[in-house]
Parts: sequence; structure tokens; C-alpha cells
Amino acid sequence: MASEMQLVGAGLAAIGTGAAAIGVGIIFGNFVNGALRNPSAAASQFTNAIIGAALAEGLGIFAFLIAILLFLKA
Amino acid sequence: MTPEETASAPNPIEQFELHRIFPLEISGVETSFTNASLYMLLAALGVVGLMVFATSGKAIVPGRMQALAEMLYEFVANMVRQTAGKEGMKFFPFVFSLFSFILIANLIGLVPYSYSVTSQIVVTFAFAALVITLVVAYGVYRNGLGFLRLFVPHGVPLPVLVVLVPIEVISFLSRPVSLSVRLFANILAGHITLAVFGGFVMMLLASGGWSLLAPVPLLAIVALYALELLVACLQAFVFSVLTCVYLNDAIHPGH
Repeated sequence: MASEMQLVGAGLAAIGTGAAAIGVGIIFGNFVNGALRNPSAAASQFTNAIIGAALAEGLGIFAFLIAILLFLKA
Repeated sequence: MTPEETASAPNPIEQFELHRIFPLEISGVETSFTNASLYMLLAALGVVGLMVFATSGKAIVPGRMQALAEMLYEFVANMVRQTAGKEGMKFFPFVFSLFSFILIANLIGLVPYSYSVTSQIVVTFAFAALVITLVVAYGVYRNGLGFLRLFVPHGVPLPVLVVLVPIEVISFLSRPVSLSVRLFANILAGHITLAVFGGFVMMLLASGGWSLLAPVPLLAIVALYALELLVACLQAFVFSVLTCVYLNDAIHPGH
């Protein structure tokens, strides 16, 4: 029984990766939005966009890690 | 999954197994030279070899290799200058070695049948621990107790600080974890995905009439491989950018 619930938990944890994808999409969408309005400032803000994406992605990666740990233990 | 299906699908985790090349044990501590050590050595030698070979000509008009090395140097130097300021440039050699080692290790790991060193949490956590130790040591050396201003943002009213300071402390303590897990899990996830899709090709090829569909996951592998190439470079960049951001905190605490 425990292992079935672990698989369910792994599936639930995997939702977090999708949420992180939404976050990364919002960051880059807004970056492109701003870059099209003011292309001359785009290059200076690219690093910030990458940092934001990395931070948002990190949480999705945590969720993925929990999912894979649960999946392998089950 | 039925037993015959599991029999044909390869284990996607198998690629991360360690094998001893030279078994060695010093007073009960395992210090064997493993395949991970071999690829770490290869990555380090690759970086040194590339840089020494590329700059050996010292041409005023750079050749192809020298242009590559100069671009890499300029790229990292600009990144350090942008995120950690002029004062951060004294950490440039550190960040540059970190960036080039992780980049080369990631790229070597993408070669089929090779071993990805950065898919081991021990390796990435060692890097992250080194970075955070450096940040704390330099922050305390440079600012003394003023380093603690890092946890107290400037110009925030007192009631908010009661909530904000614990959050800042927790976010600082979670930095080594998130820094190491980000790199490790990205590389791990990418390699598992590639192996799983490779398993799809093998399962389809073994399934009689359905084997006509085998090129579909194969094409997906090609696309994923391009993505992994991007991830390998991006994660090396992200790791070094975050190192610079943390170093900037050590140089200028209190925002």
C-alpha cells in the first residue's frame, strides 16, 4: 500500500515542475516584452532574466527531485 | 509494465554508477580512483589544455582557438564586472576556473558512453560549499560584523523586519543547497530523459510491427540532445552568475 501511495505522491510532486515551467515562461515572456519596447536596454538585463529563470527553475527542480526519490523508493 | 517489457527497457539510472578503476583504501577510507575521478581529471586537463594550447601562439590577430579562449575570457570577465562590480574582479580567476570546469565537465558528459561528473550531488555540493565558505569568509574579513547587515535590508520598518530577518536567514542558509541541487538535478534530469527515450527506441525495435515507429523517439532524442547542449552551457553560466551574485553580497552587504 505504501508504495502505491508513494507513486501517487511522486505524481503530485511532479506538478511542481509544470508550475516552474509557467514561472520561467512568465520571466522570459516579460523579458522579451520589455526588450521589444526598449531593445537598447535588453542586453544589460539579460543576466537578470537568466538569474530569475534559474531561481524559478530551481524550485521546479526540487519538486522533480522529490518526485524521482519517491519513484525510486517505491 | 509486464515483465518482458521491463526486460528490454534499459535502466536509466545505470549510467550514473561508479566503477573503481584503481581500488584504493587508506586507513578504512575509500579513496579509489573511480570513473568519476577519471572524468574530473579529463575535464580539468581539458580546460588547462585548451587554454594553454589556445594562448600559446600569442598572436595579435587571434586564430580560431585563441579567439575562442579570448571570447570565453571576455564573457566571464564581463559577467563578473556586471554582477559583482569592479571590486569583484579579484575573484575573476576563481569564477573563471569554476565556469570553465563545469562547462567542460558538462560537455564531456554529453558524449555518448562517457560519464557526467556534475550529475553527482557530491561534486556540485563541494563546489557550492566552497563558494559559500568563500562568501562568508570574505564577507566577515572585509566587513567584520557588518556582514550581518546582509540579513537586515535597508530602510524597512521594524515590524516588517521581525518577519523579514528570519526569511533572509533561511534564504541564505538554503543557498548552498539550491546552488548545488540546481546544477546536479538539471544534468541528472537531462541524462535520465535521454536514457528513457533511448529505452523507447529499443522497446519499439523489439516489438515487431511497431518498430516502424522507432524513428519517432529517435528524432525526439536529437531534439533533446540540442536542448541538453543548451542546458549544459546555461547551467555553467547560471552557477557562475549566482557565485558572482553571492560574492557581491559579501562585498556590499546591506543592499
